[in-house]
Amino acid sequence: MAAAVGVGQQWVLVEMVQAFYEAPAYHLILEGILILWIIRLLFSKTYKLQERSDLTPKEKEELIEEWQPEPLVPPVSKDHPALNYNIVSGPPTHKITVNDKECINFASFNFLGLLDNEKVKNAAQASLKKYGVGTCGPRGFYGTFDVHLELEERLAKFMRTEEAIIYSYGFATIASAIPAYSKRGDIVFVDEAACFAIQKGLQASRSNIKLFKHNDMVDLERLLKEQESEDQKNPRKARVTRRFIVVEGLYMNTGDVCPLPELIKLKYKYKVRIFLEESLSFGVLGEHGRGITEHFGINIDDIDLISANMENSLASIGGFCCGRSFVIDHQRLSGQGYCFSASLPPLLAAAAIEALNIMEDNPDIFQTLQGKCKRIHRALQGISGLKLVGESFSPALHLQLEESCGSRENDVKLLKRVVDY
Amino acid sequence: MERPAAEPGAQPRANGCSGAAHGALRNGYVRGLPAPDTQIHHIVHNGGLYKKPFNEAFEETPMLVAVLTYVGYGVLTLFGYLRDFLRQWKIEKCQNATEREEQKDFVPLYQDFENFYTRNLYMRIRDSWNRPICSVPGAKVDMMERVSHDYNWTFMYTGRVIKDIINMGSYNYLGFAQNTGACQEAAAKVLSQYGAGVCSTRQEMGNLDKHEELEKLIARFLGVESAMAYGMGFATNSMNIPALVGKGCLILSDELNHASLVLGARLSGATIRIFKHNNMQSLEKLLKDAIVHGQPRTRRPWKKILILVEGIYSMEGSIVRLPEVIALKKKYKSYLYLDEAHSIGALGPSGRGVVEYFGLNPEDVDVMMGTFTKSFGAAGGYIGGKKELIDYLRTYSHSAVYAASLSPPVVEQIITSMKCIMGEDGSTFGKECVQQLAENTRYFRRRLKEMGFIIYGNEDSPVVPLMLYMPAKIGAFGREMLKRNIGVVVVGFPATPIIESRARFCLSAAHTKEILDTSLC
Repeated sequence: MAAAVGVGQQWVLVEMVQAFYEAPAYHLILEGILILWIIRLLFSKTYKLQERSDLTPKEKEELIEEWQPEPLVPPVSKDHPALNYNIVSGPPTHKITVNDKECINFASFNFLGLLDNEKVKNAAQASLKKYGVGTCGPRGFYGTFDVHLELEERLAKFMRTEEAIIYSYGFATIASAIPAYSKRGDIVFVDEAACFAIQKGLQASRSNIKLFKHNDMVDLERLLKEQESEDQKNPRKARVTRRFIVVEGLYMNTGDVCPLPELIKLKYKYKVRIFLEESLSFGVLGEHGRGITEHFGINIDDIDLISANMENSLASIGGFCCGRSFVIDHQRLSGQGYCFSASLPPLLAAAAIEALNIMEDNPDIFQTLQGKCKRIHRALQGISGLKLVGESFSPALHLQLEESCGSRENDVKLLKRVVDY
Repeated sequence: MERPAAEPGAQPRANGCSGAAHGALRNGYVRGLPAPDTQIHHIVHNGGLYKKPFNEAFEETPMLVAVLTYVGYGVLTLFGYLRDFLRQWKIEKCQNATEREEQKDFVPLYQDFENFYTRNLYMRIRDSWNRPICSVPGAKVDMMERVSHDYNWTFMYTGRVIKDIINMGSYNYLGFAQNTGACQEAAAKVLSQYGAGVCSTRQEMGNLDKHEELEKLIARFLGVESAMAYGMGFATNSMNIPALVGKGCLILSDELNHASLVLGARLSGATIRIFKHNNMQSLEKLLKDAIVHGQPRTRRPWKKILILVEGIYSMEGSIVRLPEVIALKKKYKSYLYLDEAHSIGALGPSGRGVVEYFGLNPEDVDVMMGTFTKSFGAAGGYIGGKKELIDYLRTYSHSAVYAASLSPPVVEQIITSMKCIMGEDGSTFGKECVQQLAENTRYFRRRLKEMGFIIYGNEDSPVVPLMLYMPAKIGAFGREMLKRNIGVVVVGFPATPIIESRARFCLSAAHTKEILDTSLC
């Protein structure tokens, strides 16, 4: 075979030499000049436009020796308040033992009191006996259990949407959902008081963020109008930039609700999609606990995506998103916290299913919760020096100082004394 | 885990392919001659940093296979365009969900092209993924049977359960995913005492005494000063890297780092530079350039440099060259962040991870991060390091302030399994598991190589990627293995480069030799 290749090569060479002889003269001369020019260019010394001094290796070594990085972490003072955690022994239910002192628990988000419920615990025990604790894999690779599928179906049915998707951590839910839809170049209108998870989701999505004043629909409309006038200048771009409004049902930072009916009107007028984050309002607002859409009586299909975490009312761990299949199915491949992370431990999923059962069977617990919230709200109104922030039916309230003492540190110290008492 | 002394004599074997079998075509895998193309790294020339031979092999794709793979993808793409065309003209029924009637004039939520891959290629082999199981993910699982009447657009569960599928897909390295035994009983007790959820963040009322116990135990296990535990492994990375570095810092991350590390690096706002996978020359060049030239435009010196590497890379099966990385780190005064998600519990004579595997000092690694999902059979992540680091993270980490803490029964499972591995519960069960895993790894890899498949990765890593290359083989392999009652994981684009699709086996201490033999035949 090698010989045949050799003969073939020779044959081609003969042809080449023949062509060389038969070519016209000017052709050869032109080619010769070109070759000489190329050789000259290759070997000529290049000159630079500016004098650039390249560092010698010795100088580089010196620079490397000299460089001193900052310490990996800056030192933290010993009495930083967040450093000494309160140690809670025993279950964090209504009565809680903090630092060996028994107190009534006003600090956990255990809104429906399901943390200590026997039925929930029994369901989790049964699941523990069947599946063990961990799932050892993400959803795509043998991490999908039948309890996950059942929980997704139940949540979708409860919220009366088409489909639901479960995440294994509440924070990761909204922080993975937003970047799955909103990419670089898209526009998101966000309330100023949005919670930290939403902020991280927005940062990860690299979209243009426009903040509007908290619960101020006039401000939002102004921003939307500005966007509309910009769109008219550049209609081609406007046709492909997606627009979203991200709001929370019950704001964690201020304790009030968002005006959803006006938002829906704005949605259809300016053609933006709404993402609703219902971590605090799921299981709290509404007749059956379906959240703020039930509270205001709005058709749930009007909201594109509802995201909530199960760590508050459902007394489990994790989060879910629900909405139409068109929207939710996309997250199964592009939600980072869904695809690249292990799935929810089955015992927590079983606990959530049981909690859902309890919620469906006893719709009057929501009324009880709201009644209690109103009572506490009234009772805390009259304290001098402290202002109560939050709606009357919101289970999460903020007590703020009426007047600031001057510096933030003193404010924090004063509040801490109130807390420690 | 000492290698037998017959290493030099067995040179042809260590070359990635045994010389005994001929270049016979087996299942279409063209096995080329190994010597010129394979990159074998015998580290004798590196000045004795490695105490054991470090054998990694990434055979190059044979040319014929690469060409055929591209042809295969080309055909699929053409068919994809054809089907899209038919769907648009309504000749073929469109089966994915569509937008609401009232919202038809909104800006479309997805660009058509983004979903091209999903619609046309992924849908064909969708039944290889998201397989639902209904038993504990141990060595054998029960799977729910599903059928699809419309080519994988929708699935229906027949209600039957396929029992006893050999599980080569779950990350169950030490076999702690059990529903009986000491771990489960302890977890059950804690569950009845504490409840399932926590309902609070770590800095508020979420810090149970169980968490304190767990953190002390982790610190002892790893050999570091102190540690902190978080609720989710993915969230550990994405929320703590921003707390450590910020603008004006430099992050050097490996090419094949996990999505959580990439997300954490992006969220931090630091400059990111990527070095080639496990390539120490590339890393050194980047480090030198960075220190000498400073920040890109202002030329000011960098505030800090952080190197992000993983212990075992789950898609490649390769182990990081830790001794060299630590030497570089010390020379250039940078910090090292080691993500041991897959390697903790799986490597090292007593399961303490890649640091012990190489015989190094855990204090050399500045930030040791890992997850409990893989070897401990629980969920969550941890970070270990010096006391100042952990104190800082307790105050400034996003996860501690805003996200819920670990659930109590999960914590108990971690505590029990960790004690078991350390041997503190009085038995040698933990040690046996670690040894069993090492034996399984070696045996499995050796047998697969003898059979002539192309295997990537280090000799000692329990993650075994088997190259498939062709798109059609991805689906076929998954289905055929299922027919023989073996569950494997197949991965294609976009988790791997487009021509290097693979099937991935995750070995476990729970696999006995018989199970491995069955799966090999």
